[in-house]
Amino acid sequence: MGDGTFFARDRGRHPPALTPDYRTSVTRAPARAPISFPPSLSEETGPVFGHDLLGPLDADLIRNFARPGHSAIGPRIFVHGRVLDETGRGVPGALIEVWQANAGGRYRHKKEGYLAPLDPDFGGCGRTISGADGSYAFRTVQPGPYPWPNGGNDWRPAHIHFSIFGSGFAQRLITQMYFEGDPMIPLCPIVRTVPTAEGIDSLTARLDMANTLPMDMRAYRFDLVLRGRRQTLFETRPEGG
Amino acid sequence: MHRDPMLKESPSQTAGPYVHIGCLPNLCGIDGVYPEDLGARMYADGVRGQKITVRGRILDGTGSVVRDALVEVWQADAEGRMPGGDPRGPADPAFAGFVRRAADPETGDWTFDTVKPGRVPWPDGRLQAPHATLWIVARGINLGLHTRMYFADEDAANDTDPVLARIEHRGRVATLLAQPEGPDAYRFDIRLQGPDETVFFDV
Ligand SMILES: [Fe+3]
Repeated sequence: MGDGTFFARDRGRHPPALTPDYRTSVTRAPARAPISFPPSLSEETGPVFGHDLLGPLDADLIRNFARPGHSAIGPRIFVHGRVLDETGRGVPGALIEVWQANAGGRYRHKKEGYLAPLDPDFGGCGRTISGADGSYAFRTVQPGPYPWPNGGNDWRPAHIHFSIFGSGFAQRLITQMYFEGDPMIPLCPIVRTVPTAEGIDSLTARLDMANTLPMDMRAYRFDLVLRGRRQTLFETRPEGG
Repeated sequence: MHRDPMLKESPSQTAGPYVHIGCLPNLCGIDGVYPEDLGARMYADGVRGQKITVRGRILDGTGSVVRDALVEVWQADAEGRMPGGDPRGPADPAFAGFVRRAADPETGDWTFDTVKPGRVPWPDGRLQAPHATLWIVARGINLGLHTRMYFADEDAANDTDPVLARIEHRGRVATLLAQPEGPDAYRFDIRLQGPDETVFFDV
């Protein structure tokens, strides 16, 4: 809803368009600075996705592509957290789509050429919608690291891709989640497009032993922050809106 | 009372070459997880307004076609109402306002069917020219690119549009104009770099 316009985006928070160590950006980065304008209804609104969109296994990557009676191979984890905005409020109704490689680091995609095997029981996509307080969760297997052609001996750290719709199209965001303690994180040219160490840290999920399911799966905690809205003068209700 | 930002936005990372797995799984052969890919259709039967088809390509700085891009479109209905909660009242119920498309992996062409959007108000009440918001992600794009598609056959509205008025280099306005190519059909190509680089926005 157009109930207040967005704070200007802090572009220093995000990777610049041109990051030569990530070579594909060289021919795809716009050379000119983007032109700013105050958000109008076109940007303050966005598509609304209801829970009726979701099937019962959409948030379960261990089973949503598996043959009956089978499940995906790899370390079982569940990933959970909250979608917040910059004012610290939970964002309800946010559609979160995820995709990832399998436990061996192989994607199910015709352009994928890594020699690690496909898992017949793993598709690699999932989705969910955040609850009233912005909370979300999904089950998956921990993805493997994989090599990629970038000119040298480059490997992606284990990661899960996230696509998030907030309440306005100006909040649209795609990012990646990394795993606490992975020594590959600081070596990756794509990770290193993020300009600050704190920003990289904010994309790193924490092992969450308190929420681990004993004898079943470990938990990782990952919060996402979308752009916040400036509150209108008449909207002075306290926290919890 | 204004509430100031206390948290920082999560930094963007590239969508990478396998964005289709998460965003258009049926298109890339991952069948049976979702009944249909998100954003498959802009409108349902009975939609009001002029139905149009838009075709385009995305070109990189070498003039090569980008074959792995994902494009999302968000726009008003034929009367200028935004689906998803317009404070002035509901939009056409047969109109979704949103589609998601992939560039063809061989040709790089992408296309969508929609209705020609109406005029959406600017914060001061003036009317913007008919436009659609486009958001482009791909391998090598670190932060999704926002742009707008206007219509070359809307001269009068374009001449008073408050966003187009912000483009100081007037020659660049043409990069945002979809060109008619036949009845109810438009072409809109996007250039990521070069002398005709498309205008992108920080919204
Ligand atoms: Fe990846």
